Amino acid sequence: MLEETGPEWLSEEVKTGTTIIAIEFNGGVVLGSDSRVSAGDSVVNRVMNKLSPLHDKIYCALSGSAADAQTIAEMVNYQLHVHSLEIDEDPQVRSAATLVFATLNGLLTRQPFAVGGSGSSYVYGFVDAEYRKGMNKEECQQFVVNTLSLAMNRDGSSGGVAYIVSIDEHGTEEKVILGNDLPTFFDQ
Amino acid sequence: MEKRCTDSQVKGVSTGTTILAATFDGGVVIGSDSRASIGGEYVSSKTINKVIQVHDRIFSCIAGSLADAQAVTKAAKFHLSFHSVQMETPPLVIAAASVLKELCYKNKDELQAGFITAGWDRKNGPQVYVVSLGGMLISQPVTIGGSGSTYIYGYVDAKYKPNMSKEECLQFATNALALAMGRDNVSGGVAHLVVVTESGVEHVVVPGDKLPKFHDE
Repeated sequence: MLEETGPEWLSEEVKTGTTIIAIEFNGGVVLGSDSRVSAGDSVVNRVMNKLSPLHDKIYCALSGSAADAQTIAEMVNYQLHVHSLEIDEDPQVRSAATLVFATLNGLLTRQPFAVGGSGSSYVYGFVDAEYRKGMNKEECQQFVVNTLSLAMNRDGSSGGVAYIVSIDEHGTEEKVILGNDLPTFFDQ
Repeated sequence: MEKRCTDSQVKGVSTGTTILAATFDGGVVIGSDSRASIGGEYVSSKTINKVIQVHDRIFSCIAGSLADAQAVTKAAKFHLSFHSVQMETPPLVIAAASVLKELCYKNKDELQAGFITAGWDRKNGPQVYVVSLGGMLISQPVTIGGSGSTYIYGYVDAKYKPNMSKEECLQFATNALALAMGRDNVSGGVAHLVVVTESGVEHVVVPGDKLPKFHDE
């Protein structure tokens, strides 16, 4: 190659090659994500919060192209706001999910827990083995943190810190767990 | 330089597969699934054994192209038995792994097969070696391979502990294989497990319906 093409990250699309997870418990949900945004081989943001609010008690976890994901989240946030004014009450989670599904076209399915993003492949076995019905909020938070930590250790496109959001009838709680506070495993 | 193909892009019969090996206190457990497929669309064998015995206490698991793997293990078995006659002693596990590595490295342009070699020898006890596609050889306490292994990295990282007992290690390996077979469409069938210790070799076959079930099944 004789030409100067400049650094890769100037021409590569910015992706949130990522690990995201969401889990239901009796009384609420916990969502979690890592914080790495990459453009090719470069990490362009190591502290991005991929858990985006669609409404007070409805959150969305982003993966794939950072631009597209953020835009869709903002669009749905606006549409949900208008919708909630029209029905004069808080929107249903199902409505939010349908709005996202209608924008993206794909499969909409309800599950007790879900993992996504490039890092999710590495933790399917772990979540299949460890998920139990009837966990309480603290157990779910621990499960989410463990899963994120394992995925971040194996997936080159996931890393940084872990963001956790816990939502129940009393409110929404956002938390950040810094890199050195994440759980470690036998080879670390 | 050409990119190495992944398991799922192997032409011909591939062992789109899940293989693993783990050391425990006094031995190793080696395991695999039993499915062979063509292009990921047709299961050409439901009961193939991917754990090949290359010597009395040394086993190899194969991943990638079945034809390449069979040819390489045949050559390796021959080399090893000749080597052990010359040395007048059973071969070391690392000798077996090195033989495979030489074959993989020298023929890297033609071959598409990777191996996990594990076993027990008098000098170093239980060991696990990985020979990857291009011929790299490394030693690890636990290792997984094949297309199904992607899904159990998290599980293995979380659940493996060095110096487990034989029963714990067997349960760990069975669970890991079951989880991988549950998520990977080109892994499946029965779980073949082999336990190698100083005192001998024990084969365990867990049929599909006796595999551990997890929350969604």
